[in-house]
Amino acid sequence: MAEKIVVDARGSFCPGPLMELIARLKFAQVGDELEILSTDKGSASDIPEWLHKVGHQLLGTREEAGVFHIALKKMK
Amino acid sequence: MSNKISIVVVSGARERLQMAGMIASVGAVSGDEVTVFLSMNALHYFRKGAAEPAPPEGAFGKLLETKKAPAFKQLFQSAAELGDAKIHPCSMAVDVLGVEQAELEPWIGEPMGLTKFLSDAHGGQVWSF
Repeated sequence: MAEKIVVDARGSFCPGPLMELIARLKFAQVGDELEILSTDKGSASDIPEWLHKVGHQLLGTREEAGVFHIALKKMK
Repeated sequence: MSNKISIVVVSGARERLQMAGMIASVGAVSGDEVTVFLSMNALHYFRKGAAEPAPPEGAFGKLLETKKAPAFKQLFQSAAELGDAKIHPCSMAVDVLGVEQAELEPWIGEPMGLTKFLSDAHGGQVWSF
């Protein structure tokens, strides 16, 4: 069972959350699920766009008390 | 589909360095082939350990300082280390500044001449800051 990795990028502005996600993604295994936490609204729409562009799977996004949770699966 | 993105950075203003770093890093980690050419007032900030903040050009730059945005130098480093961007100092700027390769950040490549930069940039997008 793949581990779920949480990347906490709350408080960081674009493209900080994306860079933090990618830095962590490098060390993850294919199939691992990650969740990135961000308070930056731009990142909440741009990260799914990035996932689509490079070919990772978006599992879902939700907003909870001003924090965006973006869940994804590393595909390659 | 990979794009070729060439970025010329000549400004020493915080906002321009930040935007150039944002485009370099996001482009590079998205699979685009990014080359950054550092010259004029920009090069100085890429000396090892150069920590002094770049002066803001306007109100936004001042505001930026108070927010937790990634530092522009960190963005260029991410571009190089996470996205394989090629970051080169302009050979003319290196000569004028009298800076040695060993004095520049380790993720910065060898000095590049304009002829090489222009031929590499051919057919791709060119951004200037």
